Amino acid sequence: MAIPDRHGRFGPYGGRYVPETLMPALLELEAAYQRTRKDKSFQAELKHYLTEYVGRPTPLYFAQRLTKRLGGAKIYLKREDLCHTGAHKINNAIGQALLARRMKKPRLIAETGAGQHGVATATVAAMFGLECEIYMGTEDMQRQALNVFRMRLLGSKVTGVDAGSRTLKDAISEAMRDWTTNVRTTHYVLGSVLGAHPYPMMIRDFQAVIGREARKQILSAEGRLPDCLIACVGGGSNAMGLFHAFVPDKKVRMVGVEAAGLGVESGKHAARFAGGRPGVLQGTMTYLLQDENGQVNLTHSVSAGLDYAAVGPEHSYHKKTNRAEYTSATDDEALAAFDLLAREEGIMPALESAHAIAEVVKCAPRMKKNQIIVVNLSGRGDKDVQQVARIKGVTL
Amino acid sequence: MNRLDQTFGRLKAKGEKALITYIMAGDPSLQDTEQLVLELERAGADIIELGVPFSDPIADGPVIQQAAERGLQSGTSLRRILESVTRLRDMTQIPIVLMAYYNNIHAFGEADFCSKAAAAGVDGLIVPDMPPDEAGPLREPAAAAGLHLIFLLAPTSTASRRAYVAKESGGFVYYVSITGITGAKLNDMAGVRDNVAKIRKHTKTPVAVGFGVATPEDAARVAETADGVIVGSAIVRRVGEHGQDGRLVHEVGSFVRSLKAAMQPG
Repeated sequence: MAIPDRHGRFGPYGGRYVPETLMPALLELEAAYQRTRKDKSFQAELKHYLTEYVGRPTPLYFAQRLTKRLGGAKIYLKREDLCHTGAHKINNAIGQALLARRMKKPRLIAETGAGQHGVATATVAAMFGLECEIYMGTEDMQRQALNVFRMRLLGSKVTGVDAGSRTLKDAISEAMRDWTTNVRTTHYVLGSVLGAHPYPMMIRDFQAVIGREARKQILSAEGRLPDCLIACVGGGSNAMGLFHAFVPDKKVRMVGVEAAGLGVESGKHAARFAGGRPGVLQGTMTYLLQDENGQVNLTHSVSAGLDYAAVGPEHSYHKKTNRAEYTSATDDEALAAFDLLAREEGIMPALESAHAIAEVVKCAPRMKKNQIIVVNLSGRGDKDVQQVARIKGVTL
Repeated sequence: MNRLDQTFGRLKAKGEKALITYIMAGDPSLQDTEQLVLELERAGADIIELGVPFSDPIADGPVIQQAAERGLQSGTSLRRILESVTRLRDMTQIPIVLMAYYNNIHAFGEADFCSKAAAAGVDGLIVPDMPPDEAGPLREPAAAAGLHLIFLLAPTSTASRRAYVAKESGGFVYYVSITGITGAKLNDMAGVRDNVAKIRKHTKTPVAVGFGVATPEDAARVAETADGVIVGSAIVRRVGEHGQDGRLVHEVGSFVRSLKAAMQPG
């Protein structure tokens, strides 16, 4: 059976929980996407931009010093941090912008948390000459002032969202309201494997290039598949991107790492699988942090990109079928991993990706030296340097 | 017989249109909500729509978002709203429709919610983020309890969506008059007339029009074509302004009287 089914269901998860005004747009988007995914000229165009503009394929780098330091499994880093704009987000932004162009929608909108997806969307809008507006919670705008300025330099309008927790969740709601109002001229470039069908499927497909490359690269480097894949999970697009090509390889473990914030027991976290239960938020049925009445809980993470109350529905499905395992890393563990990777390998990971490295630190030493881990280094840490300084009490 | 069907039948016999008024439950408190419901009825409202405050109301503009925040601050939950409806049923038989986002109902439990809502005296449900395509888990329990599931159509709806949604909708079909969120401005009356006529081809269920109906003039124009006129943000704004100054019931009542007067035929 194809996953998702034609209703956008991944088992009991997914679906299309949106106001009627958006239903025709989602049906139109799905039809357009189904046409283009089989269209050779679209695929050739996408490949051209991924190669010549984004810089794909990204390297699969053997982290020799980190491997030695941890004393267990061999650790390979999938270097999505080397993509143009500094994270995997642009794989999806390019795909959706090409699709919007074919659907003759001259305006793009997007939400952003940390700013990475906003910068990626602003970048492709500039490159394709499309109008662009980015929604961002005012709390996140303060935390990520540099990215706000980057988006404006790229010619995008950045609109602050002052509702609710003033973070990613509220930015998505506001982008959905804009789309509801301007649906005839506007394409909503959702940034993760979230929202109503076809977004979780389409974004997974645009990110699946990560795993396709990594599978080829590890076979060429080691002559065999890895034992374990590790990726951080906010909405979960970088994880889904890495995992997807390996799903049929049942012997390859897949581990998603959520943000445990100040610790799951503290209540200040974004670990949906540890602390949530299925519910509907922003178009999809999935694991959700909510109270007994179904009101969505506030979340906390040092990383704005993981600071979200729901998770992509296909992750909920992989959890249900036990195809993937989900664990979490605290703010402190992520910050320690940030330091470790900088010192051992000369690579500063994004704080999101540092959660995946934190899991490597826990599991590599318990594995045999001939075993292999592939970890998705989904973004680079330049955007987080100021925040890390602040946390360490350093004035720049 | 469901109170919604009775009301639309009675009004049709008189050649009148239904005035459907929306307020947010628990804004500023559930006690105020109960007072407001009684005043809305005295002022001429034919059907009451009670909003259920949700943390993430994606179909609503700023006026109703803020009302939802006030409702949550006053500790309003679906359970407590049903208790209010139960109390109101000792005093009024006006049809009451709940407008709730799906997650609040899902958290309550679909079947449990439908039977408790009907027992409290609720007549219908509007779930703005649940198109009929996703209504599976609610359909049977709602039918068993005698609750109407009211679905929405929009200016963007295609012919096939119109046919599908119009047939699925019970009590009335909710036509969203604008491409947008609650509280935006109504500026395409010709489009409203055209779409209401197209919906009528698919169903005998009454058609009510909402989103963007803000003034007595808007209400009068919409009443010329639709069976019901839904006014939400314009009332909720007045609740927000007068929630704490002792004039709440009076201000809301006089505004609703002006809407009703504008809708009288001839």
